[in-house]
Amino acid sequence: MNIFQWMWRQLTSMRTALILLLALGLASIPGSLFPQRNQNPMKVQDFFKANPTLAHWLDKAKIFDLYSSPWFSAIYILLFISLIGCVLPRSFEHAKAIGKKPPLTPRFLDRMEGFAELDRPIEGALDDAQKWLKKNRFRIRREESSISAEKGYSRETGNLLFHLSLIVILFAVATGGLYGSKGEAILNVGDRFINTPTSYDNISFSKFQREGDMAPFSLRILDFKASYDVKTNAPTDYTLQVAAANPIGSKEEVKIIKVNSPLTYGSTKVYLQANGYSPVVAVRDKTGKLIFEGPVTFLPQDGNLTSIGAIKLPDMTPQIGMVASFLPTADRSATRGAFSAFPEVLDPRLLVSVWMGDLGLDNGTPQSVYRVDTSKMQRIGLKALGLGDVYNFGQGTLTFEGYRSWVNLQIVDDPGKMYALVGAILAILGLLTSLFTRQRRIWIKIDSRVQIAGLAKNGVPGLDEELSALQAALMSKSEEA
Amino acid sequence: MTSRNLAYLSNYAIYSSMVLYTIAFFSHAVEVSFSVKNTEESEKTTFDFSRTDRAGRIGTAMMILGFIFLFAGVILRGASAHRVPWGNMYEFSITGAMAFSGAYLFALAKYKLRWLGLPVSIAVLLTLGTAITVLYRPSAPLVPALKSTWLAIHVSAAIVSGGVFLLANTIAATYLYLDRMEARGERSAWAKKLPTLEVLDQLSYRLVAFVFPLWTFAVIAGAIWAESAWGRYWGWDPKETWAFITWVAYAAYLHARVTAGWRGRKAAWLCLFAGSTFLFNYVYVNIWGTGRHTYSGL
Repeated sequence: MNIFQWMWRQLTSMRTALILLLALGLASIPGSLFPQRNQNPMKVQDFFKANPTLAHWLDKAKIFDLYSSPWFSAIYILLFISLIGCVLPRSFEHAKAIGKKPPLTPRFLDRMEGFAELDRPIEGALDDAQKWLKKNRFRIRREESSISAEKGYSRETGNLLFHLSLIVILFAVATGGLYGSKGEAILNVGDRFINTPTSYDNISFSKFQREGDMAPFSLRILDFKASYDVKTNAPTDYTLQVAAANPIGSKEEVKIIKVNSPLTYGSTKVYLQANGYSPVVAVRDKTGKLIFEGPVTFLPQDGNLTSIGAIKLPDMTPQIGMVASFLPTADRSATRGAFSAFPEVLDPRLLVSVWMGDLGLDNGTPQSVYRVDTSKMQRIGLKALGLGDVYNFGQGTLTFEGYRSWVNLQIVDDPGKMYALVGAILAILGLLTSLFTRQRRIWIKIDSRVQIAGLAKNGVPGLDEELSALQAALMSKSEEA
Repeated sequence: MTSRNLAYLSNYAIYSSMVLYTIAFFSHAVEVSFSVKNTEESEKTTFDFSRTDRAGRIGTAMMILGFIFLFAGVILRGASAHRVPWGNMYEFSITGAMAFSGAYLFALAKYKLRWLGLPVSIAVLLTLGTAITVLYRPSAPLVPALKSTWLAIHVSAAIVSGGVFLLANTIAATYLYLDRMEARGERSAWAKKLPTLEVLDQLSYRLVAFVFPLWTFAVIAGAIWAESAWGRYWGWDPKETWAFITWVAYAAYLHARVTAGWRGRKAAWLCLFAGSTFLFNYVYVNIWGTGRHTYSGL
């Protein structure tokens, strides 16, 4: 036996598979204890700030990208190779065994788990036994003075189906990783979205996905309604209404998107993920010339949708930046200052602090659209605006014209999904079949006496009952005679 | 009847069930302790169970009554909010306690398991006590993400699996305890009427094998729901990760038994380990964890 054969045998052994299975479970633990980049990159940054040295070493070990790390992949790939190496040969063996007769009756039956002996010969016992076994759907091998019968082949069938389905699921996951795309877009009510990469705020493509593979649809955001429980302020329903056209340019249809019911185009789905408010503002300079007008997306900070945002005016001289909060239902307390008391717009306020100077947009480092870098600026004003108010901040005026809702749509194309689902359903079916099928053999041998014996695989219960039922069937016949 | 009244009624039902479980607990305690007394009086180790048997039967009756009240409490809670009663950790806990004692009663009908009444009633009491004092939240409607038929399917499958897993755990723990006792010598008097080690070993295996497909289904149903609510069927969210770890641990346990022939002590430890990953998932991820399975505070 050469070294490769030896390694292959080791890898496909049950013990190795068990160790790999447990290792996979243990290896996935750190990912639930440390923040993950693909889930919460902000938390990872915070962790780096709080424990720089530890974070450095954890990052070297890929702890923050655990589930795509080489060592985690190594474990599951080894596990699946081991699984394939174990399951495929067994599947071929099993396929060959279909339609085959049970093995020969062993010489010594009294060593079996279940054994009974009738001290007198019974006329036609073998025929009766065969009839009984057939009625109970055993496979039968009839010899001259014995019967060997077996039942429960589907246990192995289910077992193999289960393991093969796991392989299907793995390939489905891989397909989703190699093809498909995932992206997000923030849209105000009234906006139009065309499914091309440039329409997204961020989008990631899988290795083999091309832009041309994207589903050619367009959406117009017609309306967004959020309702809230008045006692707990918790949301009770989000309903988004869009006019959708697929392909682009065809007749638009009105569709409803809710949190649990995405809009589906083939393997692409559009999900409603988050929402908030965009105050609509107008900024004019000293001469009254309109510099900016429109909705500005604000980021919610709490359950009552206290939102923060930034209005940046790089085209004014000097540059103007406004650090702002939007309160849908304004309230004030001594400890918290101004805050929102309810997530619906009942009494809106726009709080702004106006800064003048250099916005720092020209040095090339990317800036958050929700924050103003005030390090090279000075504050020139502070104001709370009600709906329709105009605020003169010296360099110009700000008008709080209204507000719109925005929604964050997540658009995911995962062509592997269907296969994963099929794999999962087959896996459950296989599991049920294998765990609830009882596999057992029964033998009957006739010489000067009648011997009945049985063997249940894995010691599943019920064999004794079955043997005594068979015995009773034989006895009753002989008593009648 | 108004929602509020229904919620109050639910609370009363839960309190009543706690009283009943307390009586069950004392009855089972009497059943166990009196058999000890018997041995002290008589020199021989044969003893008359007729007196303790009555206490045990009272215990079982109380367990059944307690279950009925708990069941009513869970149903009323759901009725008060016009939804399935699985919106927060208080509701998971009372339903989980119900599933656990239900699993016990179900198994009791099939096997001689009355001795388990003591640990089961303690566990149910502790769960209900924690739920109603620490985890209690007023009855409220669901957040939009939870409004799905999958809530009923996914959560019920998870809760029932959890109940049976914990029952298997209790039996495995009893196994290990008695195993140590036997290794030191004879079993103590009260433990003599407990089943043999072999029976315990088989029983915890059978429970796990019975419910493992249901757990698999719970995870898959969760994945299907996650796909429709969050845009991906698997995202290594902490809850998902631990559900996966639990699944892997029980899969290893089943393989160890069926293929590698593990029995007894080793198997019982593995069973305990697997069950504790389930408990960890429930407690840690709900309370201290982050991720998308945290709703409405708890």
